[in-house]
Amino acid sequence: MKAKVKAWQGVALIAAVLAVLPFAVGLGMGNAWVRVLDFALLYIMLALGLNIVVGFAGLLDLGYIAFYAIGAYLYALLSSPHFGLHWPAWAVLPLGAAVAGLFGVLLGAPTLRLRGDYLAIVTLGFGEIIRIFLNNLNSPVNITNGPQGIARIDPISVFGVPLSRPLDVLGVSLPGVYLYYYLFALVALGIIFVTMRLEDSRIGRAWVAIREDEIAAKACGINTRNVKLLAFAMGASFGGVAGGLFAGFQEFVSPESFSLMESVMVLCMVVLGGMGHVPGVVLGGLLLAVLPEALRQGAGPVQLALFGRVLLDPESLRILLFGLALILVMQYRPAGLWPSATRRREFSENPPEPGR
Amino acid sequence: MDTFVQQIINGLTLGSIYALVALGYTMVYGILGLINFAHGEVVMIGALTALAVIKPLAGAGLPWPLAVLAGVAAAIAACMALGFVIERVAYRPLRNAPRLAPLITAIGVSMVLQQLAMIIWGRNYHSFPQLLPATPRAIGGAQITDLQIMIVAVAILMMAGLALLVNRTRLGRAMRATAENPQIAGLMGVDANHIVSLTFVIGSALAAVAGVMVSANYGIAHYNMGFILGLKAFTAAVLGGIGNLTGAMLGGILLGLIEALGAGYIGDLTGGFLGSDYQDVFAFFVLIVVLIFRPSGLMGEKVSERA
Repeated sequence: MKAKVKAWQGVALIAAVLAVLPFAVGLGMGNAWVRVLDFALLYIMLALGLNIVVGFAGLLDLGYIAFYAIGAYLYALLSSPHFGLHWPAWAVLPLGAAVAGLFGVLLGAPTLRLRGDYLAIVTLGFGEIIRIFLNNLNSPVNITNGPQGIARIDPISVFGVPLSRPLDVLGVSLPGVYLYYYLFALVALGIIFVTMRLEDSRIGRAWVAIREDEIAAKACGINTRNVKLLAFAMGASFGGVAGGLFAGFQEFVSPESFSLMESVMVLCMVVLGGMGHVPGVVLGGLLLAVLPEALRQGAGPVQLALFGRVLLDPESLRILLFGLALILVMQYRPAGLWPSATRRREFSENPPEPGR
Repeated sequence: MDTFVQQIINGLTLGSIYALVALGYTMVYGILGLINFAHGEVVMIGALTALAVIKPLAGAGLPWPLAVLAGVAAAIAACMALGFVIERVAYRPLRNAPRLAPLITAIGVSMVLQQLAMIIWGRNYHSFPQLLPATPRAIGGAQITDLQIMIVAVAILMMAGLALLVNRTRLGRAMRATAENPQIAGLMGVDANHIVSLTFVIGSALAAVAGVMVSANYGIAHYNMGFILGLKAFTAAVLGGIGNLTGAMLGGILLGLIEALGAGYIGDLTGGFLGSDYQDVFAFFVLIVVLIFRPSGLMGEKVSERA
């Protein structure tokens, strides 16, 4: 009983913090930072989706951003002047999840036999293929509008209220970034909830069993084929939803947003945060979405102050630091910054002896 | 028919470059069982180092062949050092870590190298000087340049050298023994760490030469050239059967041919629907198909599955 009350207190606290956060950030640092928060939430969704594939099931996917791209382009094609279609968001977003999930199965089915490194390379190839097609499918039939991308996408509307325009609530005018923040926060919470419930479910345990030892898992009666495909489909569908939200939020998509670098970014979030541990992954997503932005804004002035000119452009500094962080984290904290208790035990130098 | 011969020539040139890079992947995989994801960046560093040496030397009036030799030598030296450092920093500390860990550090190394190269050499595409007279020789209806002949010849020489090294020398025997079983090789007096370092160094030297070739062939070099090249070379290694030296050579040549012919004919095959923009898709497509139907590659032996 007491534990339950405590849990609800925790939930209330988190809800309160989440509700107030954009105001604190917006008033303190300007609305541009609320936008950064919006992107952080999108990245958290992506990281959680990838976490199912990489963290739970142990299948290294380096082309994950392709599902994000599929979700985003589906939204862009179905609700923009490009084809003259204006489907509502509530129809397109679930459809995006379904189509991305289908592609997840399409990718998963032929690669079921592959493991580790090989799987990584094939998924990477898949991601690149999708991007190359998005880039080139503008002739002879113009489907994706090629490298220019699709512009003037309809913003997401909730109950007929488009989130792109400021909304007056109790005399306070809330800019679009705040509205999107609340929508994204809700979706992200939903995904977190689903993932955490999945983790302790029969399926979640089957995933972990496959990650630890596929042959043993099979011997225990787990249908590894279906369970792996389900991991691909679930992970992909989260990516698809995030992609749709991204398209509606940006009102513009182009193949550039779905480069391999983005896949690597999302993977970094999962790995740095702590593979397979939901709070860790959320932390990883938040850190890696916000830090580069801070770097982008901070690196220039700091360098000016120190050396009198900008020596390194912040973008390349960002990638440089990311690379270094990946190497260092793998060497000193191979289980991530905030790993689950089990993982930490497995990775520690002197595992505690059983029965003590 | 002319297109066919021409694309075969282009494919062979491209394929010998892929083969050289693929050897680097396959050697490391054979011994450590890991994919050196940063290998493509070593190729890039090789190309840019060579360029940085060749341009001023040639500008100072040194005859071309000497300048090129100096450039290649500098590239080889730089890449060997780089390969050694990469192994020490990114892979050795993780020798016994879970399999994902070295792959992730490799991605990290790759990002760091790319950005360092960008900081040193800038974002621009550098034009690579013409090394040999460009007047093509006619073969049948097709044309072949001196450069293409040179690339294929050097690649064959280097592969022959490597084959001799691995099959005929004491060092080569130690390498094969380590690949077979590091522990037992250690008991026989082979210093496995030493062999691993050497493998990286040799692979990087090949990569340096390949880097010079690829930028001479296309006439450009830039900080971003390594990644796709590395990926294709890796595809070649897998196609031939990763861990198998002959396989890497064969896979490289095959992939080069597939790509060249694909780029030459895709327009006709699809009635103009897909253009040569899709050239890069071929490599990935081939890779996926090979891995699905013959995961151990063309020449690879059946490897037991490992997690």
